[in-house]
Amino acid sequence: MIRPFGIDEILFLIQSAGWTLVLTVVAMALGGALALVVALARVARIRAVRELARAWIGVIQGVPVLMLLFLSYYGLSYAGFELPPIVAASISLSLYASAYLGEIWRGAIESVPRQQWEASASLALSRAQQYRYVILPQSVRIALPPTVGFLVQLVKNTSIVSIVSVVELTRAGQLINNVTFQPFKVFAVVALIYLAICYPMSRASRNLEGRFRVHRVG
Amino acid sequence: MATQLQFAPVFAEAPILLEGLWLTVKLSVGAIVLGSAIGLAAAMVRSMARPGRAWPVDVYVELIRNTPFLVQLYIIFFGLPALGIRMTAEYAGLLAMTINLGAYSTEIFRAGIESVHRSQIEAGLSLAMTRAQVFRHVILRPAVARVWPSLTSQYILIMLASSVCSFISVEELSGGAALIQSNTFRALEVYMLVTVMYLGLALAFKLVLALVGHAFLRLDRAPLGFGRRFPSSGASTAP
Repeated sequence: MIRPFGIDEILFLIQSAGWTLVLTVVAMALGGALALVVALARVARIRAVRELARAWIGVIQGVPVLMLLFLSYYGLSYAGFELPPIVAASISLSLYASAYLGEIWRGAIESVPRQQWEASASLALSRAQQYRYVILPQSVRIALPPTVGFLVQLVKNTSIVSIVSVVELTRAGQLINNVTFQPFKVFAVVALIYLAICYPMSRASRNLEGRFRVHRVG
Repeated sequence: MATQLQFAPVFAEAPILLEGLWLTVKLSVGAIVLGSAIGLAAAMVRSMARPGRAWPVDVYVELIRNTPFLVQLYIIFFGLPALGIRMTAEYAGLLAMTINLGAYSTEIFRAGIESVHRSQIEAGLSLAMTRAQVFRHVILRPAVARVWPSLTSQYILIMLASSVCSFISVEELSGGAALIQSNTFRALEVYMLVTVMYLGLALAFKLVLALVGHAFLRLDRAPLGFGRRFPSSGASTAP
């Protein structure tokens, strides 16, 4: 019954890494959309909105991703939805991303100099136009390096959804370990695949940071 | 099957949660102390070694920072026994948390050390301080004070990451939750309660770490360290 840890097993791991990436992309898309709302709410003119966004960030950042996963997973089934675990996985990772990205993007929006707001206001731009044409384009440059850095965190945290039997990279590692009984080799290969995904992103984040620091004025 | 939320059966098992909470605190504090020691030592090596000599530190930091904590935990708990190194789940969890935090705090301490201006070090040396004295009195405290907010965030992140130790059946807070869940079948109630407990724990850590910064790093006047990024005393004002 014990199978050797060979090329087929490694191919299965690489294939499962595809699901890790799918989860990351989904969480980035949904969580990113939500994060934009959170970031804008965080700098809104109405105080209650700002406080609400701050509370959202505080709660999500004070809770393990694992709890977000369980709350999504059991909360959905409690509400009567019989959904596949991958849905709960996507929801929890999106919630997680919304808070951390929201905070990163808030910082980026706030780091645009005040004068840019005043100048655009004096050109009679509406608040929406100010964001669209003046503030957000500048924020994107500032936000890009830490956003790529956060993507690394997101990829790594997808490993946690293995506990609700979503067969991404880590779960695939467990499954293969169960038939090969070579835990050190299997999980070392799993780690190397994560490294192959994350290391280039870490480098990219650092390079972007360096490049933007040179070009930024003041 | 929309039934009512029932917390009573969960509260009946509260002792398991409190024990789990205590283990989470112990694991976190242990990892914070040990991991910070590793991080500080590695950051010293990194900033003092000659160029090209500190690559083992870089490899350590990059390996840990670019792989999931869960996989690190699996390698330590399932993988190391294959090489003849065995330990209980609790110690495996503590070791994984320590190694993980060590890598992240290396980068944080390094940023702090690099933020101390050269002229401060030269001034110290010109006062006939030894290199060790300069490090202790001129570099260390301002460096740690300056990165204390980042360190605090990282400490809270490792506390939250400890929940993953339940995957190797460590009965810390989320491990205790899993146990109650299988006893009572009130999954949602258990995890709602435990989520609130983690939130409370995160706030408590934040408060305690702010007080520690306040007491030992002279992070002055800022109300418990919230809201201000840089201390004004005890730190040099590098241009």
